[in-house]
Amino acid sequence: MAELPESNPQPPRSNARVIGWCLVGVVGMFAFGFALVPLYNVFCEITGINGKTGGRYEASEAMQTDLNRTVEVQFIAQNGPEMPWVFRPMVHSIKVHPGEPTQVAFYAENPTGAAMVAQAIPSLAPSEGTLYFHKTECFCFNRQALAAGEITEMPLVFIVDTALPEHITKLTLSYTLYDQGEPETVSAVTSERATTTSTNNG
Amino acid sequence: MSAVIDTHAQDHHHGPAKGITRWLYTTNHKDIGTMYLVFSFAMFLLGGTMAMVIRAELFQPGLQIVEPEFFNQMTTMHGLIMVFGAVMPAFVGLANWMLPMMIGAPDMALPRMNNWSFWLLPCAFLILVSTLFMAGGAPNFGWTFYAPLSTTYGPPSTTFFIFAVHIMGISSIMGAINVIATILNLRAPGMTMMKMPLFVWTWLITAFLLIAVMPVLAGVVTMMLMDINFGTSFFNAAGGGDPVLFQHVFWFFGHPEVYIMILPAFGAVSHIIPAFARKPLFGYASMVYAVGAIALLSFVVWAHHMFTVGVPLAGELFFMYATMLIAVPTGVKVFNWVATMFRGSMTFEAPMLFAVAFVILFTIGGFSGLMLAIAPADFQYHDTYFVVAHFHYVLVPGAIFGIFASAYFWLPKWTGHMYDESLAKTHFWLSFVGMNLAFFPMHFLGLAGMPRRIPDYALQFADFNMVSSIGAFMFGATQLLFLFIVIKCVRGGEKAPAKPWEGAEGLEWTLPSPAPYHTFSTPPEVK
Ligand code: HEM
Ligand SMILES: [Cu+2]
Repeated sequence: MAELPESNPQPPRSNARVIGWCLVGVVGMFAFGFALVPLYNVFCEITGINGKTGGRYEASEAMQTDLNRTVEVQFIAQNGPEMPWVFRPMVHSIKVHPGEPTQVAFYAENPTGAAMVAQAIPSLAPSEGTLYFHKTECFCFNRQALAAGEITEMPLVFIVDTALPEHITKLTLSYTLYDQGEPETVSAVTSERATTTSTNNG
Repeated sequence: MSAVIDTHAQDHHHGPAKGITRWLYTTNHKDIGTMYLVFSFAMFLLGGTMAMVIRAELFQPGLQIVEPEFFNQMTTMHGLIMVFGAVMPAFVGLANWMLPMMIGAPDMALPRMNNWSFWLLPCAFLILVSTLFMAGGAPNFGWTFYAPLSTTYGPPSTTFFIFAVHIMGISSIMGAINVIATILNLRAPGMTMMKMPLFVWTWLITAFLLIAVMPVLAGVVTMMLMDINFGTSFFNAAGGGDPVLFQHVFWFFGHPEVYIMILPAFGAVSHIIPAFARKPLFGYASMVYAVGAIALLSFVVWAHHMFTVGVPLAGELFFMYATMLIAVPTGVKVFNWVATMFRGSMTFEAPMLFAVAFVILFTIGGFSGLMLAIAPADFQYHDTYFVVAHFHYVLVPGAIFGIFASAYFWLPKWTGHMYDESLAKTHFWLSFVGMNLAFFPMHFLGLAGMPRRIPDYALQFADFNMVSSIGAFMFGATQLLFLFIVIKCVRGGEKAPAKPWEGAEGLEWTLPSPAPYHTFSTPPEVK
């Protein structure tokens, strides 16, 4: 209301100006709605609050293994809607020391008569631990293609950070496996999706 | 065409055109206001009919009347029609009628756009209602249309729903621009900002809220449209998106939206209570600042709708305290209304009855809102009938009683006749009893654990549900009486003087009743 001082007996009479400012507001807020998408993703990446673990971890210097502490890591695997693959962790739970690289594997089988491509999406609970769970190798970094009837074991190498808050003694990593169609069509879908979505599916 | 040019000199003084073209092409704020109000009432009856279907199914446990799929379409369409079709257009109608007369302007600032913003609405709702007859049925995912329910699992008609929301959004935005331009540019000389009547103030702030959040709503439905039809993954986890993002964007719109539905009612009640208490409004400036504070705070509380989706502790605390903070300016308003009535020479004509009920019952809704705002407690209340009770207490005796109070208050000015007072009082008491019977038991149902949006329920909820349904039928049927009262008042009745209410103040009462087709062609002087 700053431009309407009470001492001014004649308020501004230009409708065009008011419409102009309102339209700036409308367009700006429409853009803001879309800007919420990257803002949300960046915010979640920094804080880890939606449980999405990050991409490949590159250690600047080797982490000291903390032998005095043991953390239990549990693994869960599930299929997305209409996903026919058999998908499960080879070990369901493992005890690790923070700082120590650990390798586990997930079993995947394509029981259908056609080649298929899948993408695994991770989620960690409690989300507070997300920033302290590093993956140096993960099948979820890439799409997985399996021929008809093919079976595979997919590796995951991870390090629990020594800075993991004291009160967290157990982490649960869950993967959901989504059908991404047949191998040929994948590239088209990928390029389309890549333009609008974040890349932090780790 | 030549006729128009010939009579141009008299153009400002002639009456309305004849026939249907009067309504199609009109740019007169009174005509457009009337059309908004009629449209809104039609939508109120349509949405109300759907509510009757819902309450009939819930009258007894078990599935009796409709299929669960259709039940879900009814809850969704009821919510959408009431919010976007009944409450919002009713307030735009009141704004059209009253704003120019309250600020001494000849018309709205942008009359042609005004015609457009009205006529878009019937188009939008024609599309929305037609989804009921499409293959796969109408939207069934609730008025909040959470993804992935509305994207991955929605019916084929979802695209039409999105289109309808886009059109309503454009209509609301155009309406808001018009209100802002009118209020900023067309006030009579001498009417400074702090002399504006409160209905004008609350509408100015509502219009800013509309401009700020309707584009966000348009954005979120556009993202849905792209997810459904163009293979993007805004809300699809498989493609790297996140369904929780949907809730953030939706509620960033959704919470200010609930204030869009209540602020104009705050304004109207701030005219009605002083008129019938025969005392000036207590604390005018604090009322203005309170509305401003509510509007600003409404942008930073949205996650109180999402306490249970996994917000981190710091977030829960922030949104809990921010939400509770809104109770402070809201409380200021309630205290000011009560202080206005205190030691006033009060009489209880229909507008005042609705306004007093507004203050009392809206406050109950505010208190249940405070209970819901307590994050740890919300884990129990969320998605139960307690939430349904809360928002019906703020919307029915809040927004809708505010609209009824305004209608009775200004009907004499609009029609030139007094409405039938004893029928109007009957309308009030039946609405009051019906509405409390319908919605009060829902608090208990929710606390006992009855989930919302279900067509069947466990046996222990049976009695309260039956009471609730009886109340709902009573409230619903009573609204036909309102239709009758208004028609009766339009067609005749005791002649209304220019100022039918002894204590009323404002420029609109300086005009004769009924208000002439063109008013304030020369602006009045405000001292
Ligand atoms: C003191 C003021 C208020 C407070 C503290 C408050 C708080 C809340 C909270 C915490 C919820 C979420 C409950 C849940 O889903 O678990 C809620 C829901 C709701 N509130 Fe309020 N509220 C207030 C005023 C209002 C007003 C004035 C309106 C509208 C005129 C309103 C309309 C709604 C609606 C429509 C919902 C439900 C949305 C849905 O899930 O469908 N509230 N309120
Ligand atoms: Cu809210």
